[in-house]
Order: sequence, then structure tokens, then C-alpha cells
Amino acid sequence: MPQFALKIVSWLGLVLTLVPSLLVFAGSLDFPTYKMLMLVGTVLWFAARPFSTAGGE
Amino acid sequence: MAQSKFQQQLDSVEEFERTPVPESHLKSAGSFLGMYAGEHTAGTEFVIGPLFVAHGVTAGDLVFGLLVGNLLAVLSWAFLTAPIAAKARMTLYYMLEKICGAKLTAVYNIVNALMFCFLAGSMIAVSATAVGIPFDLTMPTLNDWLPNSLGWIVAVVIIGAVTTVIAMLGYTQVARFAGIAAPWMILVFLAAAVSVLPELGVTSISDFWGVANAKIWTGVPLEGQGKFTFWHVMFFAWFCNMAMHIGMADLSILRYARKWQYGFTSAAGMYVGHYLAWIASGILYALFLMESNYSTEFAPGPVAFRAAGIAGALCVIVAGWTTANPTIYRAGLAIQSIRPQWKTWKVTMIVGIITTLAACFPALVMKLLDFVALYGLILMPMGAIILMDFYVLPKIGARSNYAEISGKSFNIAAAAAWLLTLAFSIFLNHWFGVEIFFLGLPGWFVAAGVYLAVSRLVQKPVQTKTA
Repeated sequence: MPQFALKIVSWLGLVLTLVPSLLVFAGSLDFPTYKMLMLVGTVLWFAARPFSTAGGE
Repeated sequence: MAQSKFQQQLDSVEEFERTPVPESHLKSAGSFLGMYAGEHTAGTEFVIGPLFVAHGVTAGDLVFGLLVGNLLAVLSWAFLTAPIAAKARMTLYYMLEKICGAKLTAVYNIVNALMFCFLAGSMIAVSATAVGIPFDLTMPTLNDWLPNSLGWIVAVVIIGAVTTVIAMLGYTQVARFAGIAAPWMILVFLAAAVSVLPELGVTSISDFWGVANAKIWTGVPLEGQGKFTFWHVMFFAWFCNMAMHIGMADLSILRYARKWQYGFTSAAGMYVGHYLAWIASGILYALFLMESNYSTEFAPGPVAFRAAGIAGALCVIVAGWTTANPTIYRAGLAIQSIRPQWKTWKVTMIVGIITTLAACFPALVMKLLDFVALYGLILMPMGAIILMDFYVLPKIGARSNYAEISGKSFNIAAAAAWLLTLAFSIFLNHWFGVEIFFLGLPGWFVAAGVYLAVSRLVQKPVQTKTA
């Protein structure tokens, strides 16, 4: 996968880590869904980030 | 084949223990930002934040105490540690050898390495509280000192082994892992706290301050815990990493910095890890106390799991891991400087085993606040000695690096400064009841003063060695 795509995936991982909690705070998302989205974000971050920075930044 | 490749990689790890770091190996500011942010968003943050709640800090004392204390810590890194690191580019241990002599440095290194092992051990123990969740592990309580089950020991050994292998691969691997994990960890801390705010009664930002004072940092300590004030928070925030900045342990890390100004990158660790993360973990603990009817169980893993699910538990594991890694690395450097011919990775492996054994004891977590303060206090005097030796000694007619130029293996001035500072601290604590958090500041002046005075007295004219 090209580096650019991996970067997008890794950033999406961070977005999914933080944004669901803000939706819970706003009353727009239930707690189990928030936890699930956060886990998906975690997997995306750790799966994409090491390869998106391969060769160093 | 794979084993031989692994061995080759380990043997090729070059850490410049006894030579200045060459220009080609200097690292960018980004590398230090990741390192500091990762290292100070750690497993201990899940313990320290809750302890402020337990000690009855008010919301105002917490917010302003951390603001000032963390600023003082950043300034200590930037103006005390980093300028010397960028000029000398040597490890703390090699500098001490030149100043104090091999024998005194060996004593210091053993004490230092043991302290680092215990600190890294506490972080591995914190991670174990998260690993134990799926196995329904019996979690330790505030009163536990010994391991309470075989499962606990197994969890600690697994985490200790993985942490040690990564540390064995050297600073580059440690920095890379910390750099990858840091942004995610910070967001998990933040997200976990934000998500539970409605359960504490915060449904809009304007509710926060009222709830913070009424339900989180209430100003009322838990039973059996002493009352903390603004001054406790400020001095703890400043001195909890005293060994690293004022004590100069981070010379070993910042010697890779291109410019001394990279010392300011420590702000990433202070204002994210020691500000946001302490506040976030305090919020999580306040909810746990409410829901558990003020239980004495003290296990960061389940607390994070309650607030953020599997990602929260993973965060506790990784947070402990990213701090334990550089701490084990530092302990390895301390031991290796006694026997420079030993391979870095072999020393790190031995240090990792000692750390893992220590981590089996939950007392390391339960008494963390006291331990962190003690560890900074014990190691701090050598930082004062280095600073005086580097800048002041030549100006008062004495010589820097006296042990090296005189061929002595034991610098009596440094030994006197170290021991008298510790004796003075014990005196203040025992006879005047000064709490351990406040001893570092007067202790620093005692160490600096004694070192200058005794050096002036004992130094003899030295013949410069000729080739």
C-alpha cells in the first residue's frame, strides 16, 4: 500500500480513538459503540503507523 | 539463521558509552518530542493522578500546582541538563567517572541502577493489572505488598520479558516504539476521561469546574491519607523527575540532541503526561471510587477498561511499557559503565530480569509517590556536583574532572557532598518533620556548597599529563 494511503489510515485510527468519546459526551453515541470504535481506531493506528513512517521521517 | 541475525543486530548496537556522540548520530527535535511525550504518558500516570484525588487536593491547587511545577521541571531540563549534554555529549556515567573517580561512580551506578529497576518494575506491575483482566486476576489493593497470586506473577513475567527484549535492541528501537505509541496513548487518556464525564454529572463544559470541586478533587483526603496542598502538587510535579533533570540522568539521552534548546521538548512530557494524563486519570479514579463505594482495590487496568474498553486496557499496558523501556535502558548504561567491556544488550537483559523480579511486588505501586520522591532525592546530589564541576569550579581556582586529571579513583569532595546532602535531608525529615517532597530544594544547595568548599580544600596542584 502506498505511504500516503497508510498515513490516511493511521490518522483515521487517531480520529476513531478520540471523536467517539466527544460524541458520548454530547449524548449522541452509546457507550458500547464508543468502546468498539475506539478499538477499531487502535488497530488501524498500530497496523498502519509503523509502515507509514518506514525509512524515517 | 534468524538467531544469528538477531545476535548480529544486538552486537551492532552502538551507544557511544565512552566517546562523545558523533554529529552523524544526532537526532531531531521530533525524536525527543516523541520520546518525552511517550515516556511521561506512562503507567505511573494511572497511579499518580488517582493519588492526588486520594490525598484530598482541591481542583484549584491541582490545576495551578501542576502548571507551575511542570514549568519548573521544563526549565530545569532546558537550562540545567540540556546545555551540558549538548556541549559534552557524554553519558552521565562517563562524566561522573571523570569527576568522581571510578570507585565512587561504581557505588553511584549500583544505587542508580537499582532505583531505575524499581521504577521500571512499578510500571510493569501497572501493565500487569491490565493483562490480568481477561483472566479475572485478583487485583492488588492499597495494602498489598507481596504478590497475591500465581497469575499475577505470570502476567508480570510476560510483560517484563517483552519489555526487556525491546530495551535490548537499543535506544533507536525504544524511541521508535515510544514515538509510534505516544499520540495514540495521549488520545486514549483524553477520550477515557471525556467519555465518563456525563456519569459524574458534567453534561456541558460550564459544569466541569463545579463537578471537579464537588466530586473529583474535593479537598477531602480519603481515610488514612495525608492532606495535599498547592505546594505538595507543585513540588511533586517539579521533583518527580528530579533524577532526570536536576540529577542529570538525562545527559545520557539529551547528548543526542543537535541543540541544547531541545531540552524544551520535555514540555511535551510535562504538559501532556504530567498535566492532561494526571487530570484524566484522576477523573477515572473518582468515578471508580463512586461506583465501588470507596473500595481499596488499586488497579489501573480495570479502571481504564471500565472507561475505554479493550483500548483502555491496552493503553495501560503500552503506557507502562514505553516508560519501562527507557528506564531499563538507563539502568543498563549505569551497570555497563562499571564494566565497559560488557555488551550493552547482555547488561540490559540482566537488568530486565532484576526489574521483572521487583515488579512481582505490588508494594512498588502502592508506595509509588514516596518512592519517586526518594529516588529523585538520592540521585539529585550528583547532578549538583556535575553542574558545579562544569561551570563553577574553574572560576574559583579549582579544576574540573579532578578524578581524571589527578588519577584518583575516589573524589572525596563528591563523596562528602553526596553523603552530607543525604544526612542533611534525613535531619530535616526526622527532626523538623519536613516531608520528603520538599527536601530536594534545600538539598541541592547543600550538595553544591559542600562540593565547592571541599574541592577547594582538597584539590592539590596537578601536573598536566603529557603524551
